[in-house]
Amino acid sequence: MIPAAFEYVAPTTVEEALAALAEHGDEAKIIAGGQSLLPVLRMRLNAPEWVIDLGRIESLRGVRDGGDHLVIGAMTTHHDVGQDPLVHEHALLVSKAITHLADAQVRHRGTFGGSLAHADPGGDLGAPALALGSTFVVQGPGGTREVAAGDFFVDLFETAISDDEILVEVRVPKHDGWVASYEKFVRIAHQWPIVAVAATLRMEGDTIAEARIGLTNMGSTPLRASAAEQALVGQPATEEGVAAAAALVVEGTNPPTDLNGTAEYRRHVATVFTRRAVLAAAGRG
Amino acid sequence: MTATQEPTRQAEIGRDRRRKEDQRLITGRTRWTDNITLPGMLHLAMVRSPYAHARITGIETSAAKASTNVVAVLTGADLGEGQGACINAWPVTTDQVTPAHLPMPTDRVAFAGETVAVVVARSAAEARDAAELVEVDYEELPAALDLKEAAAAHENGGVIAHPDLGTNVSAVWRFDSAEAGTGGDVEAAITEARAGGILIEREYRQQRLIPAFMEPRSVVVDPTGEQITVWSATQIPHILRFALAATTGVPESKIRVIAPDVGGGFGGKLQQTPEEMIAFAVARRLGKPVKFTETRSESLLTAHHGRDQWQRLTLAATSDGRVTGLKVDLLADLGAYVAIVGGGVPVLGAFMFNAIYKFPAYQFQTTNVLTNKTWTDAYRGAGRPEATYAIERLMDELAAEVGVDPLEIREKNWITHEEFPFTTVAGLEYDSGNYEAATARAKEMFGYDALRAEQAERRAAGDRVQLGLGVSTFTEMCGLAPSRVLGSLNYGAGGWEHAEVRMLATGKVEVITGASAHGQGHETAFSQIVADRLGVPFEDVEVLHGDTQISHKGLDTYGSRSLVVGGEALVRAVDKVIEKARPIAAHLLEASADDLEFKHGQFSVKGTDAAMAITEIATAVFAAHNLPDGVEPSIDSEATYDPVNFNYPHGTHLCAVEVDTETGQIKLRKYVCCDDIGVVINPLIVAGQVHGGLVQGIAQALWEEAVYDENGTLVSGSFVDYLLPTAADTISFEIDHTTSPATTNSLGTKGVGEAGTIASTPAVVNAVVDAVRHLGVNDITMPCTPERVWRAINDGSSGGETPEAAMPHFDSAEGDVQ
Ligand SMILES: Cc1cc2nc3c(=O)[nH]c(=O)nc-3n(C[C@H](O)[C@H](O)[C@H](O)COP(=O)(O)OP(=O)(O)OC[C@H]3O[C@@H](n4cnc5c(N)ncnc54)[C@H](O)[C@@H]3O)c2cc1C
Repeated sequence: MIPAAFEYVAPTTVEEALAALAEHGDEAKIIAGGQSLLPVLRMRLNAPEWVIDLGRIESLRGVRDGGDHLVIGAMTTHHDVGQDPLVHEHALLVSKAITHLADAQVRHRGTFGGSLAHADPGGDLGAPALALGSTFVVQGPGGTREVAAGDFFVDLFETAISDDEILVEVRVPKHDGWVASYEKFVRIAHQWPIVAVAATLRMEGDTIAEARIGLTNMGSTPLRASAAEQALVGQPATEEGVAAAAALVVEGTNPPTDLNGTAEYRRHVATVFTRRAVLAAAGRG
Repeated sequence: MTATQEPTRQAEIGRDRRRKEDQRLITGRTRWTDNITLPGMLHLAMVRSPYAHARITGIETSAAKASTNVVAVLTGADLGEGQGACINAWPVTTDQVTPAHLPMPTDRVAFAGETVAVVVARSAAEARDAAELVEVDYEELPAALDLKEAAAAHENGGVIAHPDLGTNVSAVWRFDSAEAGTGGDVEAAITEARAGGILIEREYRQQRLIPAFMEPRSVVVDPTGEQITVWSATQIPHILRFALAATTGVPESKIRVIAPDVGGGFGGKLQQTPEEMIAFAVARRLGKPVKFTETRSESLLTAHHGRDQWQRLTLAATSDGRVTGLKVDLLADLGAYVAIVGGGVPVLGAFMFNAIYKFPAYQFQTTNVLTNKTWTDAYRGAGRPEATYAIERLMDELAAEVGVDPLEIREKNWITHEEFPFTTVAGLEYDSGNYEAATARAKEMFGYDALRAEQAERRAAGDRVQLGLGVSTFTEMCGLAPSRVLGSLNYGAGGWEHAEVRMLATGKVEVITGASAHGQGHETAFSQIVADRLGVPFEDVEVLHGDTQISHKGLDTYGSRSLVVGGEALVRAVDKVIEKARPIAAHLLEASADDLEFKHGQFSVKGTDAAMAITEIATAVFAAHNLPDGVEPSIDSEATYDPVNFNYPHGTHLCAVEVDTETGQIKLRKYVCCDDIGVVINPLIVAGQVHGGLVQGIAQALWEEAVYDENGTLVSGSFVDYLLPTAADTISFEIDHTTSPATTNSLGTKGVGEAGTIASTPAVVNAVVDAVRHLGVNDITMPCTPERVWRAINDGSSGGETPEAAMPHFDSAEGDVQ
């Protein structure tokens, strides 16, 4: 498990990092928490000549209030995001998802931006970010641009970030007063999700007024279950009220078949877990 | 000479001693093989075959040789005969088909991961870099992968793993109670049951497992001294030395093998590995010390795997559930080569399928099959978990058929405690046990009746989450092994163990054991035994092992043998010390030897208060100024002990699981066990062995499986896909013991190293099946994945095959990411 040799730089500003990226182009890889990149390097599945470490860029770290949204710096660790009171108050779904993400060691090193930029369909943050309608801010040689969540995830391990760009922050619209649940289906505790459902709701009394549902590992990118979201509106948060809508989540999904389950089984679990996630969010789980 | 009052001291045996070696082990002051650095040491990296079966048509090494700080690149052809061979110590039949196993083959690879070239460089990183530059041309050959197909290939023109051999069947080994005179005719019992009794016919799968010890294997070879010194992360330093000498022609006296701190093995380090042989050959050739440490990926891929059987089982019983016959027909996957124990693993199970039950007739047959996959060998329990799984699953099926509680059917058939010693239908003599007592205690701890009532309620209410209770009343044979029995089974070595006690001048004691600990706690437990028997403080005993210069004689650690065989050797060596000291004590105390009594570390003259401590005698012997005439100035002693019988721990394990019938998800609710392992030396160490063993057995039931795809690539080749549980996946176990001392060793001890693993797998699967039996399920294939359980509930099947694809997290697709 020894990576091929590489050169290493650790700039302290985004501009320096972008310059290094521009200089080395294809030969460079960004490293954030290293929790996905290092295994890849150690197994020699990739051998970049340059590794550009974002770890010393202070401006990329932290959560702040941006008015109608939260700003989560790309280099904020999972642990710090998970513990952040602002996130808990305004984007509960993200807090909930992070409690299920990997183990404490990984959460202390892995980053919010690294995880989203990595775009593993089994990553636990894509579905919540998508369901909450986040905006991804990427910076390149020509400045920054904003990418809507729906356009950010392109394919397996592929995002709208281009080779000369860096993800700098994610803007998560505030969902004050929304309830949330992240239901993750695993065989052993510290496992990537076989399937997971991210659900957040605005309740009016016992009735679901608005719903956002994201799906993890049900296709090559995180998915938003719009049909189910619509069907939930106006329903009571009861088994019967939710079941029919939950059955709609499988529409448009294309889950993998692997050691942990077939596509058919994943669809079944997604349906069950959507119902459970919605009921759990509504406090009926 | 001192006159003292009888000292009061707490007995060491039975005491919850913290392990004395742990302070060092858990604070990082360890000496793993990989920590060893020698002047001028070179590092090795292996070039491994990506193909399961291929002809090697060319190896281009020039680019690698030209790489920075590379000293040599060597192939099998370069090393030639000097590389020795990997041996099979147990040809189970005289006509066993055993493919030649060169550490590095010259013309053909037989499994994915086999080494075809070795790169030697000044650093490990440079060796790895250069290994990427070795280009090997392969002509891919069809691979024999599926066990059942491979078993029949010689009959139907199927693929042969080693084409020259003409068959994949390595051996067929059989035991029949009628032929052996130990019981009746199983076919007659089956015919009778078919006509008017109960016949249970099942086929069970023992999936392939990976031992997954914590410390990857590592070897350092220093050829620069008088002896060639080999450090290895091995369970078997003595056997390794023998094999190195026997296959390379280097005199055994010129080889020293050291197993320094070794981080676990579970049988997985009970091997003479190709990597050890290659390192030995390279060091000798270059005249320089070398080191090879495998990566975790290499370990999962090439360190031997375990289990991998199909079991065809027929149990005959009367209509009221009294067992009348058992027939076992196994297919065992050996992988590409016959490993050191190899085909002996299923044979170790041959005597255990009848378990604690009084079967009048029994037949066992195993067909050992070669395939183009990683070789298999002993893994915690080796043969006995397979047997226990089969019989304990069958007993539950019989109970279901008769319509009684699974414990009731067991009680009806088990050997009662008055019947010991009991000779079984497989010809073994069980010396002691009390199944009734262990079961009664386990039931009480479990709250069996209350849980059964809850289960009935949940069933009646049609709850989404159903409760299942699983039983496993296991026994096993361990303490390997009586040498004569091994000889009769054609095993290549004996089963004795050796111990020495050195009485130092300052009153301290060094104990040497041939059992080679690798995490079990021998240092502590053996110190307790010696402290009690010799009457010296626990702290004054030092246990030395794992170095052939110190412990020159031994057969190492596996098969739960260290305490029951090695411990007995130690007891005998201690007793010899006392007997050697007696005439000296008599001389110094001016008394007759017959009037001396040895107690609490002192010889005292009966009826007087004259006494002398054994440590004082050690000092007197060191000075040797005043010894009786003709007595040598030493009370050091050694003993080699050959066990007279195997050792038979047993216990009752009860498991409760909750099964979510909607998803098939399983949750452990409660696990209790009451094991009878005879006299316990250190309850804390025993609890550790039981807890760890349970998790390993539960993991076979629920999580672990080595899966190959149709090309013979190991799909579960990282811990992302080979699911090892952590503490977060288990529950708090409740354990207790009943005590039926073994009658075949002085301390009355029984082995506990494998018990938890052997017992727990069927307890869990029985619980899972029990939870959903009312939904029409009578089997679920291991590992009982949620999908399998879900399918079983929905279509009554046992859950189907595991899909042969890994999760993509570290897939090569990721190589081109962004
Ligand atoms: C044992 C283990 C278990 C895990 N379990 C889970 C789990 O259950 N759920 C889960 O979601 N994840 C899991 N992970 C992954 C973890 O969340 C990682 O932290 C995450 O996937 C990557 O984040 P990172 O900061 O470590 O990124 P890195 O590994 O440093 O980078 C990952 C990729 O993203 C790129 N990148 C990183 N930051 C940026 C940026 N700002 N701009 C552009 N590109 C960038 C890198 O170049 C690289 O290609 C696990 C990881 C491990 C090691």
